[in-house]
Amino acid sequence: MRITIDRDRCIGSGQCAMTAPGVFTQDDDALVTLVPGYEEGTEDPRVHDVPMACPVQAVEIHED
Amino acid sequence: MTKTEIRRPGEPVPSFPQDRTCPYQPPKAYTEWRGDAPLTQVTLFDGRPAWLITGHAEGRALLADPRLSSDWGHPAFPVVVRRTEDRAGLAFPLIGVDDPLHARQRRMLIPSFGVKRMNAIRPRLQSLVDRLVDDMLAKGPVADLVSAFALPVPSMAICELLGVPYDDHDFFEESSRNFVGAATSAEADAAFAELYKYLHGLVVKKQAEPQDGLLDDLIARQLEEGGLDHNEVVMIAFVLLVAGHETTVNAISLGALALMQHPEQIEVLLEDPGAVSRVVDELLRFTSVSDYMVRMAKEDIEVGGTTIKAGDAVVVSITLMNRDAKAYEDPDVFDARRHARHHVGFGHGIHQCLGQNLARAELEIALSTLFTRIPGLRPAVPLDEVPIKAGHDAQGPVELPVTW
Ligand code: HEM
Ligand code: SF4
Repeated sequence: MRITIDRDRCIGSGQCAMTAPGVFTQDDDALVTLVPGYEEGTEDPRVHDVPMACPVQAVEIHED
Repeated sequence: MTKTEIRRPGEPVPSFPQDRTCPYQPPKAYTEWRGDAPLTQVTLFDGRPAWLITGHAEGRALLADPRLSSDWGHPAFPVVVRRTEDRAGLAFPLIGVDDPLHARQRRMLIPSFGVKRMNAIRPRLQSLVDRLVDDMLAKGPVADLVSAFALPVPSMAICELLGVPYDDHDFFEESSRNFVGAATSAEADAAFAELYKYLHGLVVKKQAEPQDGLLDDLIARQLEEGGLDHNEVVMIAFVLLVAGHETTVNAISLGALALMQHPEQIEVLLEDPGAVSRVVDELLRFTSVSDYMVRMAKEDIEVGGTTIKAGDAVVVSITLMNRDAKAYEDPDVFDARRHARHHVGFGHGIHQCLGQNLARAELEIALSTLFTRIPGLRPAVPLDEVPIKAGHDAQGPVELPVTW
């Protein structure tokens, strides 16, 4: 599993960090970023709801 | 008959919006519109036909669709509130512009609403809320929960956020209420002029003596570097004020009212501090303080077998999307244990509320403190005697007498 974020689309809503805290966080400019170590995915089931929760479809989960 | 004809020929097209009778339940007519189709036809006050989107999944897809425009500056942009008719054609930053301009403006503001800023504001919100409860307890019942509690919280929050000096709070609060609550466009224009003048002066003052707030950040990062001009900074401040004040006042007072009418849900709120944010989300879904959002189609769009034509007025019903039985089980039940995932109380798509994390902080602190510190808090009048706002405004009580 890979998690990708399109930071150019992100509108800073914070839905991702609220849905799966610990996996998604904010950088100093309050833009979304993955907590280091989670690029290759996580067991946390909550991440699967993030693509739907994001208001601008900036988050994708690729099951490879 | 094609599926496009949602209404039989000759059948009257209902008007939109309509007033609620119960403060937190949709007007009876709205509930009749949530049939199988995800949209229905309505008429705006000026006779213009509009598509009202009622389906949760379809509404979310539309709100994320760039073929729908939020360009308030377009001469044909639909008008829902009669008093704003004269302002049609005036471009408001953020909420009233499309991408790419929207993205440029929004991006500048994201840092001011980040977790760091919100965490810095929380303790100050908490001490204000504590002070307001102290005052209510000292004076004793009966109190008006709107003026004694729900109003000062967002007012202070926005002053903190923007960096408005404390001495100016009273003026600021009064003129913003005059603007949002104006009965005529002349009144609204006068309040707008007053606020514009104040904010203009404030920006000039801040250029000379920077402090710590959103406006100071904008001035340092954008105005000085030429990314924004003076008028844009003032208009952004204005939009934040208008978008963030009345909505939150209503969310606090209507949220408190819904809780008081369902005392068993107050127990859920208080039993676990970790539950507060979930209860706030369910309240946002259930009360739908912002009842609708307005758009205009830029191109033809197919929705559930119906074609919305380029140029058509589209009104997205937050209330009905949040009560769609396909998305929420028993949608008309307020259930504080529910995970109200994907509700659209703050909208969806690129315009989803910029201030939602501030609003959440205000609601969480205000409601949990209120019911922790005043056990037995309840309305002092029957529900049907609570005066409420008109259907086109943010939904909530005008006044809410409470006792304990
Ligand atoms: C519970 C309180 C609130 C509710 C229910 C609410 C609701 C909404 C909704 C539904 C939208 C979307 C409008 C649309 O798509 O046309 C919106 C946008 C917006 N809200 Fe809020 N809001 C609240 C609090 C706040 C606060 C506290 C602020 C700021 C201090 C704020 C600032 C904004 C701004 C700037 C936008 C436009 C964002 C954009 O276009 O990118 N709101 N709000
Ligand atoms: S949910 Fe989407 S828009 Fe919101 S912060 Fe995360 S990536 Fe950005």
